[in-house]
Amino acid sequence: MINIDALREKRSLGFRLPRFNRRQQTLITILLMIIFLSSVIVGGALLGNERIATNFETKNLSPSLKHPFGTDWLGRDMLTRTLKGITLSMGVGMLAATVSAFIALILGLLAATMGKWADTVVTWLVDLFLSVPHLVALILIAFALGGGMKGVIIGVAFTHWPSLTRVIRAEVLQLRSAEFIQVSKKMGKSRWWIAVKHILPHLIPQFFIGLMLLFPHAVLHEASITFLGFGLSPHQPAIGIILSESMRYLSTGMWWLAFFPGLSLLIMVRAFDILGDHLHMLMDPHHAHN
Amino acid sequence: MLLEAQDIGFRYSKGPWILRGVDMHIAQGEIVGLVGPSGCGKSTFGRILAGYEWPLEGHVTLGGEPLPTAGYQPVQLVFQHPEKAVNSRWRLGDTLKEGWVPEASLLEALGIEQEWFKRWPNELSGGELQRFCIARALGPKTRFLIADEMTTMLDAITQAQIWHVVLEIAKKQNMGILVVSHEWNLIKRLCSRIIELSIVNRDRE
Repeated sequence: MINIDALREKRSLGFRLPRFNRRQQTLITILLMIIFLSSVIVGGALLGNERIATNFETKNLSPSLKHPFGTDWLGRDMLTRTLKGITLSMGVGMLAATVSAFIALILGLLAATMGKWADTVVTWLVDLFLSVPHLVALILIAFALGGGMKGVIIGVAFTHWPSLTRVIRAEVLQLRSAEFIQVSKKMGKSRWWIAVKHILPHLIPQFFIGLMLLFPHAVLHEASITFLGFGLSPHQPAIGIILSESMRYLSTGMWWLAFFPGLSLLIMVRAFDILGDHLHMLMDPHHAHN
Repeated sequence: MLLEAQDIGFRYSKGPWILRGVDMHIAQGEIVGLVGPSGCGKSTFGRILAGYEWPLEGHVTLGGEPLPTAGYQPVQLVFQHPEKAVNSRWRLGDTLKEGWVPEASLLEALGIEQEWFKRWPNELSGGELQRFCIARALGPKTRFLIADEMTTMLDAITQAQIWHVVLEIAKKQNMGILVVSHEWNLIKRLCSRIIELSIVNRDRE
């Protein structure tokens, strides 16, 4: 027998970080994200354009209290630019991820309910898109559409659906053999009716978790394609633009131009990724390990 | 109208034959019992009669015609486990009304309370859920009911009560019932004719 009290005593000695279980961790992440997001959105809306107007008196300043993220070679405040950039990236990412998730939902449902032929086509499409690296397909689509906001959103939306489609298709295939679905068929209900009324409600958790996990990818890909110059136009204050412009000034020692915007992007993406994973574990513990 | 099974043979994928050369018929208004030890293929036979599985040999006919493949099926099956036969994301009121709208008197006779309509399936017991499944299957277009261990999870008094109601409806709607069970006492009381699957099944001696 292990003496539990002695063990407890031993563990309580010395400094120990508080341990949180998954639910508590999730709540803490959500709280942090709400604070972060609201400060980004409110800050992005409140900070006026005068702070990012060209002002050569304050150019190339390193981080200070007045300009926490420093200023760039045109004297623009980097904090303001970062906030505006993240707001824009999040908007684009949200829109693209939502469209993507809806495409996945519809294709997944179609594949699993509309018979063998539809399933073959959808599976083939999924394999096709998965076999091409996201970024390559994304560049092709965005380039073909002439770049800009529209090109990026459509490009991201059309390249991120395959993995979620697979998940949803598998889920539907499993549901289709459930007894209540078979009973429904014997009650004379049509395939489409069953898909919408019986199957769809079971997919809602998968859909939202998928959306949550797609979102950071969409933001990152938007930033990388913009960074490469196929995305948003240089007039828009996107993170990708900020990063690619700062490349030229990094060698002159102006590290703050890339460091803070990059770090903000990283924190945001990572936060959503962690949150998505936690929600996945909490809402669907059986499939979370796959 | 006659529900007939002729020379039925069935096995799951490449497994051993479960049923071979099984012949059976039920007339409308007739209550027939199907008994046999567990694992002898009673449930599978019930599924074949209701069109849930297609036999590999022989065929099932309803009034001389093959079973319909679309629309409301005149042969309805009530499963053994009601938890799996109702959608966990539907309120029970919706589940109940999926095939038809049962009148209040039937619900009362089956012991279904109005208050349960708003509940989710995990908020009722197995026996309570099964009443919903039974009511759902008793629609006016149901000609034959396959009751696969339909009341096994209920206590004796409730079983008697529910079968009383079901038999009454069967009489009123001239419905034929196949009672699949391993409970001899229940079958002896309910049925006018008893089939032993192990005797009609050529493959299992």
